[in-house]
Amino acid sequence: MLTRVEIGLYVFVLATFLGFEVIRRVPSLLHTPLMSLTNAISGIALVGSLVLAGSNRGTLATVLGTLAVTASTINVVGGFMITDRMLRMFKRRGERAPREAPSDTSREPAQ
Amino acid sequence: MSRVSIDFVYLFAGACFVLALRWMSAPTTARRGIWVGEVGMAAAVVATLLKTEVVSYQWIAVALVIGATIGALMAIFMPMTAMPQRIALSHAFGALAAALVGTAEFYLDTPHIRPFKMAVLGAEVLLGFLTFTGSLMAFGKLQELIPTRPVVFRGQNVVNLSILAAAVGIVVFLVPHPSSKELFPILAVLALVFGVELILPIGGADMPTVISILNSYAGLSGAALGFVLDNKVLIIAGALDGSSGFLLSVIMCRAMNRSFTNVLFGAFGQVQTGGPAVIEERPVRSGSPEEAAMILDAARSVIIVPGYGLAVAQAQHKARELADALGARGVDVKFAIHPVAGRMPGHMNVLLAEAEVPYDQIYDMDSINPEFPHSDVALVVGANDVTNPAARTNKGSPIYGMPILNVDQAQTVMVVKRSMNPGFAGIENELYYNEKTMMLFGDGKGMLTQLVNELSNARV
Repeated sequence: MLTRVEIGLYVFVLATFLGFEVIRRVPSLLHTPLMSLTNAISGIALVGSLVLAGSNRGTLATVLGTLAVTASTINVVGGFMITDRMLRMFKRRGERAPREAPSDTSREPAQ
Repeated sequence: MSRVSIDFVYLFAGACFVLALRWMSAPTTARRGIWVGEVGMAAAVVATLLKTEVVSYQWIAVALVIGATIGALMAIFMPMTAMPQRIALSHAFGALAAALVGTAEFYLDTPHIRPFKMAVLGAEVLLGFLTFTGSLMAFGKLQELIPTRPVVFRGQNVVNLSILAAAVGIVVFLVPHPSSKELFPILAVLALVFGVELILPIGGADMPTVISILNSYAGLSGAALGFVLDNKVLIIAGALDGSSGFLLSVIMCRAMNRSFTNVLFGAFGQVQTGGPAVIEERPVRSGSPEEAAMILDAARSVIIVPGYGLAVAQAQHKARELADALGARGVDVKFAIHPVAGRMPGHMNVLLAEAEVPYDQIYDMDSINPEFPHSDVALVVGANDVTNPAARTNKGSPIYGMPILNVDQAQTVMVVKRSMNPGFAGIENELYYNEKTMMLFGDGKGMLTQLVNELSNARV
């Protein structure tokens, strides 16, 4: 029977290898959104902070837990939102809609 | 909710996170990745709130509201040029959260902490606090609140290593003696100081690597927290984050031909202090916007090489207008991005995407280098060292061996530059004295505007 620690180590080692394999396929085009997404995901530390902040284990735990919940929520909410904001900007040729017209007309006047 | 069902929800969340990263492998699926990541995160948070240990919700609610507000405001208003700063801040927040939870766990459980738990707890707090101050320092350097040049003093490495050794020593001592509460604040302070010291000697040019390394540390401290709390989804997320940061820092180091230790312990600026004193005046060919526009107009293929200087000059939109103007005349235009262009991995791609450059017009170094010999013009805007042929040819150069964009192989090279001053690393660029090179002296945005105007005049 495996102990909890051993199971944890299995999970850690396998997840690390999986991480390498998955992340190796991410093109350099998307490295900034990738970093911002992994940031949001690692905001999962939120679940540890929530238990600490809400389990009434004394003032110290509540204070540190509340601070930790705040910090990780910033990462989770901000991380997902800004990753989405970035990815919405990535467009293929032709997907770029109405901006073409004004830059064309701006060539004619003046002269 | 029972413990077993909560564990299954966490497993589901972990699977969602892996899938989210898997879908980041292409721009077409990447947004789906965000969505699945959000689903996993929401499930994990809801399940946690339903845990039997969680009995009071008022502080949780307050913290969630404050955190969500700050996070959302930053996400909406942060300009894309400031992405590296935001990422540095989020590493700081993530590491702080991990370190604070670890600290609370220590005080709640001492003196009854089993050796393994104490070891990971110590490692976690050490990594968490050093990443916290280290990331704040990186933020300060990127935001130029503190000097971006390397700050070095004699014996720095000795001091730093002693601080680290003392901190590690305390962790080692605490493993069999977890009741020594008084040592814990010292550990925290040492880790905080070490984080500052770690970033102090690192120059602005190394920021892409540093941010990636800090990303890796933040991930590892998250994974260690997972061991402390015996929470598998934290271990999974931390391992993914840690391996991502590690992989990116390897890519960055390779792109700069540097080793990890060299980035962390050797300030780049020191290498060539004796060097550039004797630069003879060599002739350069300087061109006017009219000439340049004529050559561009006659070209069949043009490769634009933007560097961070382009972003500093806020000229991304002008670069896109130029590409459009050339494209409208049947010229094949590509953008070539060096891995370390910008202040963090992939930064330049985001800036171009913001300027509405389509991503299938953007090429990375390995795919564009074979194209330079067949292209008529390489237009370099705001990039310097990454185009320096000395990296291929001059063994004495501090950047020898660094992979570069082979712009010198194009028929004509145009370089938009303010003056002949050497760039960030203070290294002369051979490219500027090449007979194929035409220097376009001026501010990036102004020069690109003139080129666009010249091209549209030519059509009339």
